[in-house]
Amino acid sequence: MDFRFDIIIHYLPVLLRGTMLTIGVSLVSILVGSILGLGVGFGKMAPRWYWRWPFHCYINFFRGTPLIVQILIVHFGLIPAFYGSTNALLSAFVALSLNSAAYSAEIFRAGIQSIDQGQQEAALSLGMSKRQAMRFIILPQAIKRMIPAFGNEFIVLVKDSSLMSVVATQELMYWTTTMKGQYLRIWEPYLTAALIYFILTYSLSKLLNVVERRL
Amino acid sequence: MLEPIISVKNLYKAFGSHTVLTDINVDIYNQEVVVVIGPSGSGKSTFLRCLNLLEEPQSGEIRIEGTSLMDKSTKINDIRTELGMVFQQFNLFPHKKVIENIMLAPVQVRKWTPDKARRKALELLDKVGLSEKAEVYPASLSGGQAQRVAIARALAMEPKIMLFDEPTSALDPEMVGEVLAVMKELAREGMTMVVVTHEMGFAREVGDRVIFMEQGVVVEEGTPEQVFGNPKQERTQLFLSKVL
Repeated sequence: MDFRFDIIIHYLPVLLRGTMLTIGVSLVSILVGSILGLGVGFGKMAPRWYWRWPFHCYINFFRGTPLIVQILIVHFGLIPAFYGSTNALLSAFVALSLNSAAYSAEIFRAGIQSIDQGQQEAALSLGMSKRQAMRFIILPQAIKRMIPAFGNEFIVLVKDSSLMSVVATQELMYWTTTMKGQYLRIWEPYLTAALIYFILTYSLSKLLNVVERRL
Repeated sequence: MLEPIISVKNLYKAFGSHTVLTDINVDIYNQEVVVVIGPSGSGKSTFLRCLNLLEEPQSGEIRIEGTSLMDKSTKINDIRTELGMVFQQFNLFPHKKVIENIMLAPVQVRKWTPDKARRKALELLDKVGLSEKAEVYPASLSGGQAQRVAIARALAMEPKIMLFDEPTSALDPEMVGEVLAVMKELAREGMTMVVVTHEMGFAREVGDRVIFMEQGVVVEEGTPEQVFGNPKQERTQLFLSKVL
């Protein structure tokens, strides 16, 4: 078997452009998904069932259906409905953020509920409002516990962004497929893509390890 | 007639169908040290936690300096600034240094400047004998030290009343003394205190009044001499015979 490094080198600028988009889409989705997830997570901790219910449905829909189905719904249904025409980049942001929010919500909820009730009681007994107790006492402790779970979620998100290639978002996997079509080669494009994804996810997990130790 | 600083009338508290407090009536006066004793599950901790509404009673009336806690328009956060609380499990904030534990509420709630809060915190750490621990995290403290920091943290808000919920029950025996010493000092300075405890020696020595609770009711109350020396109720006698 001959392995043609020359075509990898030739195609590398295109793959790197795709990689930049993969990173961009992942970062935005992580950020938007986390913020949205915090809201959904609080919603799911609401005191009354009828306030919790919509958030409960949201989480179960996005966890219980395949991401590829969600991407297709967003790309061919949701985005055209609001935006007139569809847009692969916008679909990527929306689909991945909505999906990530559902998982993040559960991470937030579990993290917050893992903090001993006595912490909140101590804060309240000092005259702090529930909001102050959450901000100064509960969340700082909870977030530290959430980091490994968020690490998992972020890594899954980076990998799952490859699914966006089916609606032609021009990220790494899209260009990998194009490369395969152009050269009719299997190993070179896929192994290169695998290596780049691995570098991305491994760096991310190392970064989160550092953050966890710092906190 | 002197107004009580805490007034509890016809207090009922239930968790689901399980009644924990039945018709509690207690008045506590300024500078008084009231010690609540009784067997486990007698409702004494729940009673204490009702006083700053960490537990919400089903019915009855609680007044702190005349302000009703059962009135929906009462701002409970404001009331709580006047009621310091010390917990059995200390509940220090593990992600904050000792000094930050003490400064946090004065800065965030009382809106003191960090400078003023720091001075107050250092003064209180000195008072509880832990000046050298200002910059460490709670995890490195012994139980007795942690509880003394917790007392300092509550005092930093300059409360009018201090509530103690079994403050020495989670401590190794050799550390009970240092915490009780701080509490005795507070009592001597005239702090109004409500103390739930199993420390009968403390109750007898420091308490102005002792309340004996069992199965959610106040069985007997009086001066330590009356309750310990000459208990009227059979149930009190039985309990004291077991613990003394």
